[in-house]
Amino acid sequence: MTDGIISKGFTGRRRNSGLDKRDRIPPGQYETDQFPVLSAGPTPRVSLDRWTFKVSGKGIETLEWNWKEFLALPQETFTVDIHCVTKWTKLDTGWKGVSLDTVFSKLNLLSAPNLQYIVAKDVTGYTANLPLKDVINGKAWIVHEFDGKTLSADHGGPARLLVPHLYLWKSVKWLNEIILTENDQPGFWESVGYHNYGDPFLEQRYRGD
Amino acid sequence: MKLKWQIAEVTETIQETAQTKSLIFDVPEWQEHFAGQHIDIRLTAEDGYQVERSYSISSPPENGQKVAITVERVEDGEVSPYLTDIVEKGYKLELRGPIGGYFVWKANQTPTKPLLLIAGGSGIVPLMSMLRHRNLNPINSGAVLIYSAKATADIIYYDELNELTKKDGTLKTVFVVTREQPVNWQGYTRRIDLQMFEEVLGKMTTDYNVFICGSTSFVEAAADLLQEFGVSPQNIKTERFG
Ligand SMILES: Cc1cc2nc3c(=O)[nH]c(=O)nc-3n(C[C@H](O)[C@H](O)[C@H](O)COP(=O)(O)OP(=O)(O)OC[C@H]3O[C@@H](n4cnc5c(N)ncnc54)[C@H](O)[C@@H]3O)c2cc1C
Repeated sequence: MTDGIISKGFTGRRRNSGLDKRDRIPPGQYETDQFPVLSAGPTPRVSLDRWTFKVSGKGIETLEWNWKEFLALPQETFTVDIHCVTKWTKLDTGWKGVSLDTVFSKLNLLSAPNLQYIVAKDVTGYTANLPLKDVINGKAWIVHEFDGKTLSADHGGPARLLVPHLYLWKSVKWLNEIILTENDQPGFWESVGYHNYGDPFLEQRYRGD
Repeated sequence: MKLKWQIAEVTETIQETAQTKSLIFDVPEWQEHFAGQHIDIRLTAEDGYQVERSYSISSPPENGQKVAITVERVEDGEVSPYLTDIVEKGYKLELRGPIGGYFVWKANQTPTKPLLLIAGGSGIVPLMSMLRHRNLNPINSGAVLIYSAKATADIIYYDELNELTKKDGTLKTVFVVTREQPVNWQGYTRRIDLQMFEEVLGKMTTDYNVFICGSTSFVEAAADLLQEFGVSPQNIKTERFG
């Protein structure tokens, strides 16, 4: 299986060797039971009474929720594996939040079939782009609880996007807006050399991978 | 364009402190990097088992394909003890890079705000690349480095930093140690705090171009304190090692 050369004297710890787990750890990733943090800047603190979340797009109505309204939407609890481009993978992470299917069901998306991409934005202006097909049909959530507890600010609280089948930079922290777009518009990391799509199992870390 | 895995030979190793070692590679097809970027290293065992880790580049862009990293030995780590204890001059390793286009600083970049570099432990590595790069270029603004380590013996590049500071009146270096009370010590002996920033930075401006690097807890603490001090979050770039 290897391309590449043998590193003299390297045996490796193989903590990933449990057979059931092995298939779940993408190439180049290692399993951790910690929860490291990746962000480009300081952690913003967003107070719940000023929190809002908005969805908009050309030709569809704009919808906005405050925190109370957001918590009143149907909530899902689920367990998924997550993969950060900085090489760690965390298995069986437990979350609670609102499926994007629920959010989009409030919009008449059928009336705007040309909107095939989304831009997810955070409160600081950070963005990530995703194809619409990757955030519907049970593939994406806006989460606000991790491991049964309120999601902390360093991990994106009050609420973050979670798209577990792509590298975690797509799962925008401190989410406050989703814009549906006709064209794919590279976001923050996608504009500085990271892969436009970011499938961990294809090891799409950097542009050209 | 794809970032290819390349085979690079270790041409020199430098034991920087008890826990850290620099590896200098000759990377034949190196594409010039910016100070602050990193490389990925991939190790392969005899049976094909592979692991990858990221390491910041400590050499300045001006050194070209002589690319240096500095690795801190993490007890029980899978990769770092291999790099610090086993790899020697002449070893060949696989790497690719340069990677990362955000946590970077270019000497000729405008606007020329003063640089404020804040390092915790091995977080000094990408900031050292910036300081080495700055030293090799004409510059028109000041720079402050605040570097926190556990003890004086853990300070990486100590002599070089003192040299740079001595010859360059526009660079101010402040060492901080958190677990030692050394005698005859000019630096601080506590964790970074707001008062420290006030004393070091003064009241002239809060308009810095800030780079913070270190462990997550260090970066979080430093970024929060700087905002309290008055630095705008847009001017703060962070890199967390884990
Ligand atoms: C962008 C980037 C740049 C980096 N640059 C550098 C660099 O310049 N120099 C450098 O030494 N490292 C750097 N790192 C960290 C490096 O990639 C590895 O995580 C580190 O060397 C540990 O790997 P390991 O295989 O030895 O430990 P692992 O086997 O991965 O971990 C062993 C144990 O140590 C813990 N651990 C992992 N990393 C750290 C850490 N950094 N500090 C303390 N405990 C840890 C783990 O949680 C685990 O419990 C960088 C990381 C990133 C993401």
